[in-house]
Amino acid sequence: MNTTPMKMTYREACRQAIREALLSDPRCFVMGEDVGKYGGCYAVTKGLLEEFGPDRIRDTPLAENGFVGAGIGAALTGLRPIVEIMTCNFSMLALDQIMNNAATLSHMSGGQFAVPVVIRMATGGGRQLAAQHSHSLEGWYAHIPGLKVLAPATVEDARHMLAAALADPNPVLLFEHVVLYNAEDEIDPAVTAVDIAHARRRRAGSDVSLITYGNSLPKCLAAADALAGEGISADVIDLRVLRPLDIAAVIESVARTHRCVIVDEGWKSGSISAEISARLAEDALHELDAPVRRVCSREVPVPYAAQMEEASLPQVSDIVAAARGLVNPG
Amino acid sequence: MADFLMPSLGADMETGKVVQWLVKPGDRVKSGDVVAVVETHKGAIDVEVFLDGVIDQLAALDQDMPVGAVLAQVRPQGAPGAPAPAGRLVTQRPGPTSPRADAGGRDAAVAPPAFAAPPPPPVGPTGRARVSPAARQRARALGLNPDALPGSGVGGMVTLADVARAAAQAPFAPDQAPGAAAAPHTRASGFDAVQMRQAIAAAMSRSKREIPHYYLSDNIDFMAASDWLEAWNRERPPEQRLLGAVLLLKATARALREVPQLNGFYENGAFRAATGIHVGWAIALRGGGLVAPAIHDADRASLTELMAALSDLVQRARSGRLRSSELTDPTITVTSLGERGAQSVLGVIYPPQVAIVGFGRVVPCPWVVDGQVQVRPVVNVTLAADHRASDGHLGGRLLAAIERALQSPQDL
Repeated sequence: MNTTPMKMTYREACRQAIREALLSDPRCFVMGEDVGKYGGCYAVTKGLLEEFGPDRIRDTPLAENGFVGAGIGAALTGLRPIVEIMTCNFSMLALDQIMNNAATLSHMSGGQFAVPVVIRMATGGGRQLAAQHSHSLEGWYAHIPGLKVLAPATVEDARHMLAAALADPNPVLLFEHVVLYNAEDEIDPAVTAVDIAHARRRRAGSDVSLITYGNSLPKCLAAADALAGEGISADVIDLRVLRPLDIAAVIESVARTHRCVIVDEGWKSGSISAEISARLAEDALHELDAPVRRVCSREVPVPYAAQMEEASLPQVSDIVAAARGLVNPG
Repeated sequence: MADFLMPSLGADMETGKVVQWLVKPGDRVKSGDVVAVVETHKGAIDVEVFLDGVIDQLAALDQDMPVGAVLAQVRPQGAPGAPAPAGRLVTQRPGPTSPRADAGGRDAAVAPPAFAAPPPPPVGPTGRARVSPAARQRARALGLNPDALPGSGVGGMVTLADVARAAAQAPFAPDQAPGAAAAPHTRASGFDAVQMRQAIAAAMSRSKREIPHYYLSDNIDFMAASDWLEAWNRERPPEQRLLGAVLLLKATARALREVPQLNGFYENGAFRAATGIHVGWAIALRGGGLVAPAIHDADRASLTELMAALSDLVQRARSGRLRSSELTDPTITVTSLGERGAQSVLGVIYPPQVAIVGFGRVVPCPWVVDGQVQVRPVVNVTLAADHRASDGHLGGRLLAAIERALQSPQDL
């Protein structure tokens, strides 16, 4: 077994995860728009059609409610579908299937029917794809009981979360950030699995907690570096799982730092950051020594123009300013 | 309508408790009247009002209230009675009524309401002090009132760090505060020796931590003073006799007129000269502890007046009946160890004052007069002063002025 660290992109990690699933489980197949001949709109499934054939790599019509529904039906009949939705914006068309069927059937059947579907979708802004391809809607899905919502932020999580998602008998949504696909990192071949139940501390600090996920993680790590230069020690928590939320990890961090900045690329109103804020107020009020601060996207459709898009999304300087304002007010 | 507030009876006081009202609503008061007995760690203090008018409402007895809390409202003479501003009033907590309130003969229907303590800065939009939840919880555990603390956090919020700072200076030991607060207090019986020691510890620790002291020392020929004193006392009955301490007190007060830079307070990064010379006279209490109440305008009082003031002050300090102004007014402290003390004392400044003058025991010493060695009574005088406010040159001038004054006791 190869034990030397391997360098790969997030995109390649996603691809290897899918390939491994197809190789290890004959019930597993991929379906979605352009996943076959085109290789996926983010090239995640490139080459899989040639290797596995059209039965297992299925191009679908542009009809999210149809093919997501078909995936749910396949899961109900015992298959292990991996459904790809080009961007989470388009998943709105399949919301009825995801929420009213995938998320509820196990409950409504008294546990007689499980829906072991995995739905992958691209999320987030930063690649100048304009409003209809750039939004972060994972916070909405995290609202829905019956779903598991994952947000891999590292190459390692991208490589291993899919297997854990497929092993879960219930529907799991995987949100892959479009900016992260090109991120490259060494991964440890000794790590062959990750859990999909817990958040991870990505950096230890004592003055302020930066709570984040997805593509905001590298921004928070960069902010933590900048803050360290100012003598402010930031604890960075990668949520990884937005539902069920590992609030214990958040509280554990805030109980050490007593200050919290939540960084979320979703819109602030009604976002996952709003949920975390509320949980802190409910369950950890007396750990707080400062108001909770949130760095979120501007509440506008994400603009196309590069400077405007940048201005609308959380940036490192915003995170640094928020953290600094809590630690050294005034 | 003017507010009568819980006074700060010293740098180390954070809360006090009204244990007795000496006035009732409708009473006329004038500035300087003693209106309440407030229990602090220095014992029960007679608190004066500095407003003229008619007492309107009184705060409840036996509640710990922070410095600055509204104790009463005073309606200026001639002003119509007006209802108190609504926001300030808090309905008195139901519970066992104070026997003292009943003993005062007040009708239950006009029982004095408790006033909400108006917290010092900053107050949120709801009128509640800005205290972080963590700080509030920590303060509760430490027995501190976080609403009374200055805040350094976001929007002036009181934070854990502010509470920690306050706890380091607080007169109460953390593990003792809740029990002490719950214990039935013994009123007006003087003071609690443990609390007194803690208060001294807090004030003196702060002094040594914050104030860069410099020290000067000098020996003064006390011959002229003691000869004059002996002559004065010889002709008078015991009750009119003077103690040497009075001469030291008056000489110091006079000398301060020449060096006003040592008579005042160092606050907010700057020295502020006092308008009068109110000498805080250090008095050791039976059972331990120390207070230094003010002798007001000591430079202008006659020796007999000072003697009377000193006797009265010592007696009241030891029975725990000092007035609030006596504890808050001193502009400098003098400590005289007297006949049984050491030859020299190097004092610790009581913040925010900037100087303390110490006199040792008068001892016969070889002393050179006109080239001849003689035996003379000699007293050592020291000055400990705040180097942020003055330098040694100035301090030397004060000691020289004290010496000069003591050479002409008849002029004191």
